[in-house]
Amino acid sequence: MRVLEANRLGETLELNWPLVADFLTRFIREELAWRGYEKALVAVSGGVDSATTLALAVRALGADRVHALFLPHRDSSPLSREHAYLVAETFGVALEEVDITPMVEGYAALTPDLTPHRKGNVMARARMIVLFDKSQAYRALPLGTGNKTERLFGYYTWHGDDSPPVNPLGDLYKTQVWRLAEHLGVPEPVVKKPPTADLVPGQTDEADLGVRYLRADVILEHYLKGYPDGYLLGLGFTEEEIRRVKEGVNRTHWKRALPTVALLSSTGIGEFYLRPLDYRP
Amino acid sequence: MVRHAILQFRPEKSRLRESLERLRAVLEALRPHAPQVVVLPETALTGYFLQGGVRELALTRFELLELLEEAYRKAGFGEPLDVVVGFYERDGGAYYNSAAYLELPHRILHVHRKVFLPTYGVFDEERYLARGSRVEAFATRFGRAAILICEDFWHSVTATIAALDGAEVIYVPAASPARGFQGARPENVERWRTLARAVAAEHGVYVVLASLVGFEAGKGMSGGSLVVGPEGRIQAEAPLFEEAVLLADLDWERIPPVRYDSPLLSDLEAALPLLLPDLERVLRKEGR
Repeated sequence: MRVLEANRLGETLELNWPLVADFLTRFIREELAWRGYEKALVAVSGGVDSATTLALAVRALGADRVHALFLPHRDSSPLSREHAYLVAETFGVALEEVDITPMVEGYAALTPDLTPHRKGNVMARARMIVLFDKSQAYRALPLGTGNKTERLFGYYTWHGDDSPPVNPLGDLYKTQVWRLAEHLGVPEPVVKKPPTADLVPGQTDEADLGVRYLRADVILEHYLKGYPDGYLLGLGFTEEEIRRVKEGVNRTHWKRALPTVALLSSTGIGEFYLRPLDYRP
Repeated sequence: MVRHAILQFRPEKSRLRESLERLRAVLEALRPHAPQVVVLPETALTGYFLQGGVRELALTRFELLELLEEAYRKAGFGEPLDVVVGFYERDGGAYYNSAAYLELPHRILHVHRKVFLPTYGVFDEERYLARGSRVEAFATRFGRAAILICEDFWHSVTATIAALDGAEVIYVPAASPARGFQGARPENVERWRTLARAVAAEHGVYVVLASLVGFEAGKGMSGGSLVVGPEGRIQAEAPLFEEAVLLADLDWERIPPVRYDSPLLSDLEAALPLLLPDLERVLRKEGR
């Protein structure tokens, strides 16, 4: 008698990328439409998240309805510029460059104790200012580019890169963004390079986070679904990796929420008085 | 043969009047196809995720009849038209996720109130809504029918009750946010296809699924509406995520031969009483 061994079932991060791309392009079109927008605006950094967002926006709206901004600081890596232009060219969108150095350095000159870390946050917030101003100028809605991994780790500048109102990638882990990027034709050098916020010279995400994305994302997916640590140990993850990932999530819940309001009434907004954001009778 | 039009509809979120105007336009465009029954999704006129807005947008069943009668007249119908439509229902101080079977222009034949209110994951119905408590079949001018709303249908016991009560067709208005993108279709869509085929084949009934479309703050209602014949075969299937109308002729005369070939329903009628003591026992959680 033949003996057949069943496959082991488990969680997978591999998705049907054509279906995901179709879903996200519809998402962009519809979320813009009810807000009264026909155009989108994407700040392109040279990294894979903004490249993927730009690719989706162009699919959803057409290249002539997508504005792309490149917002470098003089300390930004030359590779970021090269890749930003490569991405814009690949998807047929003109890249408008606004140098944020004067904005950032104007404040830095007034702030002698500005550390590199704080200056990085100032850069992210300067970019946010330009993005929203250009949004008004072009009547184009800013698209967010943050992925699920960085959102879960709080690995972004609060009220900086998390501020756009519509975000197509926010429920995809970084490793999933890589796969979607490949499907959408994001140039290989952009997909394959080590991810970096490029706020401090030489910085990489994985050094900052202390764990590889390929491993962090699998841990996150199991942790969010409620698997116990023992299960993850059984999959070959170390106690240190698991601890680091859980700590990253649990130290930053505040960052994924609206500001805390002292509740006094039975009509507190978002506590008692609950309406979805697209409610507009 | 009864000509059905399943409207895979995208409402104007939280805007009743605008949704009704779009519905009127669709009905007018459908008139040349001479539908006898039009089936709309769950919460078809407001969108699904309203949170506390349910209180502001819910209708009594009589208000619903009046609004749909107006749309029907403006669309230029003269002959009777049956409509199955999901809506948030207000009744005194209580609110329900309901679906009505209307025989336009004048009659409310039946209103089903959703029994299984999903309150987990992305869903929060029981916070805002009261639970219905009945599953009943009812007579239409074409035959016996029942309505189950969305999660109602994910529990096989509801369709079992409907079939035992004589339903020949089960109308299922649904609003199902797409999730699980690993396979050829989203996981929830696969589940609907599996369930609809299994229920239809088990009881020898038609299953008509009308599934909402449109994004509601990032949640993409999946569509994929279905007509499944009494042998469990998919007769018509709408695309995912976009508006569409499925036209399908339901042939009541196919039901007896299909049930003769596969007499599971009469078998169930005979054997179910034998199982009732066990059902009562497990509900009492005796010995567990």
